[in-house]
Amino acid sequence: MSRAPSLPSHFSTVEQRSVANHLGLWTFLATEILFFGGLFVCYTVYRIAYPAAFVAGSHHLNFWIGTINTGVLLTSSLFMALADRAVKRDRRTALRWCLLATWLLGAVFLGLKFYEYGEKYHEHLIPGPNFQLNGPWKPQIELFIFLYFTMTGLHAVHMIGGLTALAWLLWQNHRGRLSPEHPAPVEMVGLYWHFVDCVWVFLYPLLYLIIR
Amino acid sequence: MNAETKLSTLIAVYLALIILLVLTALATALPPGPWSTPLALLIAVAKMAIIFAYFMRLRWEGGLVRLFASAGFFWLAIAGVLTLADYLTRHEL
Amino acid sequence: MITEEIIAPRVPAPAPTYLNAGHTLRSWLCTLDHKRIGLLYLFTITFFFVIAAVAAALMRWELLTPQPDLVTPDFYNRMFTLHGVLMVWFFLIPSIPTVLGNFILPLMLGARDVAFPRLNLASWYIFVAGGLMALYAIVAGGVDTGWTFYTPYSSTYSNGYVMMMAAGVFVAGFSSIFTGLNFIVTIHQLRAPGLTWFRLPLFVWSLYATSLILVLATPVLAITLLLIGLERLCGVGVFDPKLGGDPLLFQHLFWFYSHPAVYIMILPGMGVVSETIACFSRKRVFGYHVVAIASLAIAALGFLVWGHHMFVSSQSVYAGVVFSLLSFLVSVPSAIKVFNWTATLHRGSISFDTPLLYALGFIGLFTIGGLTGVFLATLPVDVRMHDTYFVIAHFHYVMVGGMVMGYLGGIHYWWPKISGRLYHEWTARVSALIVFIGFNLTFFPQFILGYLGMPRRVHMYAPEFQTLNVLSSAGASILGIGYILPLVYLTWSFFHGPKVSSNPWDATGLEWQTDSPPPEHNFAQIPVVTAEPYNYPPLA
Repeated sequence: MSRAPSLPSHFSTVEQRSVANHLGLWTFLATEILFFGGLFVCYTVYRIAYPAAFVAGSHHLNFWIGTINTGVLLTSSLFMALADRAVKRDRRTALRWCLLATWLLGAVFLGLKFYEYGEKYHEHLIPGPNFQLNGPWKPQIELFIFLYFTMTGLHAVHMIGGLTALAWLLWQNHRGRLSPEHPAPVEMVGLYWHFVDCVWVFLYPLLYLIIR
Repeated sequence: MNAETKLSTLIAVYLALIILLVLTALATALPPGPWSTPLALLIAVAKMAIIFAYFMRLRWEGGLVRLFASAGFFWLAIAGVLTLADYLTRHEL
Repeated sequence: MITEEIIAPRVPAPAPTYLNAGHTLRSWLCTLDHKRIGLLYLFTITFFFVIAAVAAALMRWELLTPQPDLVTPDFYNRMFTLHGVLMVWFFLIPSIPTVLGNFILPLMLGARDVAFPRLNLASWYIFVAGGLMALYAIVAGGVDTGWTFYTPYSSTYSNGYVMMMAAGVFVAGFSSIFTGLNFIVTIHQLRAPGLTWFRLPLFVWSLYATSLILVLATPVLAITLLLIGLERLCGVGVFDPKLGGDPLLFQHLFWFYSHPAVYIMILPGMGVVSETIACFSRKRVFGYHVVAIASLAIAALGFLVWGHHMFVSSQSVYAGVVFSLLSFLVSVPSAIKVFNWTATLHRGSISFDTPLLYALGFIGLFTIGGLTGVFLATLPVDVRMHDTYFVIAHFHYVMVGGMVMGYLGGIHYWWPKISGRLYHEWTARVSALIVFIGFNLTFFPQFILGYLGMPRRVHMYAPEFQTLNVLSSAGASILGIGYILPLVYLTWSFFHGPKVSSNPWDATGLEWQTDSPPPEHNFAQIPVVTAEPYNYPPLA
């Protein structure tokens, strides 16, 4: 059973490839910062323009699900970090359980998220022709909720990508292809997963906790 | 760079993150004031810094990797600041 | 005595090169070789160039007369949109980086490939996918918003295939991002032993700066296109005034990418100019360090100026002043490069080979284009010139007079390396001259037209503008010939041109230390670098 793939011919040392992988992934994360960042710029502009609408809009979000979901994601990051630790200590069983725990927590997050979206549907708060709301600032609250769906939706898409990558890792581990000599897949997926967690760490206060 | 982290460190980091989460949630019960948003953002930045440093291992990485890690934020700041330069000055000065 | 030699003389087997390492379609479509991927891109972007050029030809044909007598206004709008979208995203932005960058960069670094060869191949497939989506949008009925997709027209009112076109550009953007990512990591990690940063050729510096922009700017375009798509899909969005949204926010996000994008387009061309000027003056580039840093400065400063596209859009006047000042600043590193190239030529031993002709054309035309850019950065001038042909002339001078000539110069310079053969020199020189003449005849009248007030993106005009328009259209036909000629003679030379040695130009640089065309894995042995770049022997 193969343990680690041989070094491709364009790299001269394992260290060189490891640094290349890290630089490559951090470059990719920089692009993600700017991708989500465009939405944060939109958010900032409109929050400064319509502070009251944003406060009102925030009250329409489910504070408890948002808070629990944040805890769920932080816990999933812990297990991802433990998975990284496990692969470097050559603990395949521990690695499997940690990856599985990360995956399950991510799935719980998405489940709660889609439950939340369902709530919005039943409250007639989906932006578009069916949006119904009484009270002041109705158009701007619709704008806020549109931003809420776009930002959390894009985040959810990234979570689905992360779950796919974790499933792939579980399969790679099952085939015995992960080892202290070849930890790169776990390291790289880990970096991505923690980053997606960080995006949520900002979305949570900006969307759910606006009190003024 | 491939050195593993101590289990105790990871657990301590996780607990710190949870404590910060609880703090930021509790802060919404306080009376609103001009410091509400900056406080929430500060806690978020602290959580991100902890995740970057310990879970994403920047604490043990070299200067080049840290530079790559911070470049995105710097460029996002440019986008934000100059865009706001328009929106914040549309009134007569 | 009859030996085998007389009946069947032994012919030496052809040297193994990247071209004959596998002849099946699969060996090309599944290749991980950066050189083959560069050629795949060459075919693809040439295809899109031809389509976009046909659209331009139709427009210039319509504009021969003041009346709208060739095409409907709707069709005309779809033509200029097609021309802009395909030229910007499916020709100019990929051009030098994906063709020459992919081919030459690892060779210049003394590497065997880029850092992530599979990502490189994936980038090409993603590019093709984006291109097919854009083509579908065109064939299904087209888009009439202009390549800039301004809201609220694009998000609410336009009836074309906006979402499909935007999706095509969105997908192609990932190709850009992955290419930039690959180049950045390659330049950091795969340099040959002894090849320190300040021994790198200037082409590498310019590709590095370009890659920084590719990676940092393109994601913002992606999110912006996504937001338009969502707004069309949902009927509401963040740019919708009915919700308190601001259509101008689109322009901020769009130009945050699209202004640095023009530096994505020009920086690699500048890199080619540095290489060819040094080689054909037999001199090291004057002020090498300054030129290298200037590339990074252009990349960085280019992010600070986007508001100069929005001076008359209802953007705050105070922000306009800030953007205007920053725009003046960004012209400085470009001007520094022009001075350094000129100083390199001074007292050099100059041979007017085709690559140098294109480089000289670049320097002159880019200077004019750049200067007129400074004019447009001046607020009161822009108030009058915005949305006129003056702007069109300005950007065609830098994009076509600059970048396309840089691209052609690079293709000709590295053609012997890529194909192992030489093109016919006098045909190429005449062709370069035709391009130069055709270009100026097409676009110089447009400066005057814009100054006189002819608006852009309109299929008809006031009768007093006809003479200049006729000149411009005549120039366009000549320019077209100038572009068809290389397609013909370069293709011919690929199969029938005289074969060359590893270094036909006697140039410095690691890419010339290996065979022409190179073997599949570039170098038999990775070279060790001890010399400074451009270490041409001192001239007598």
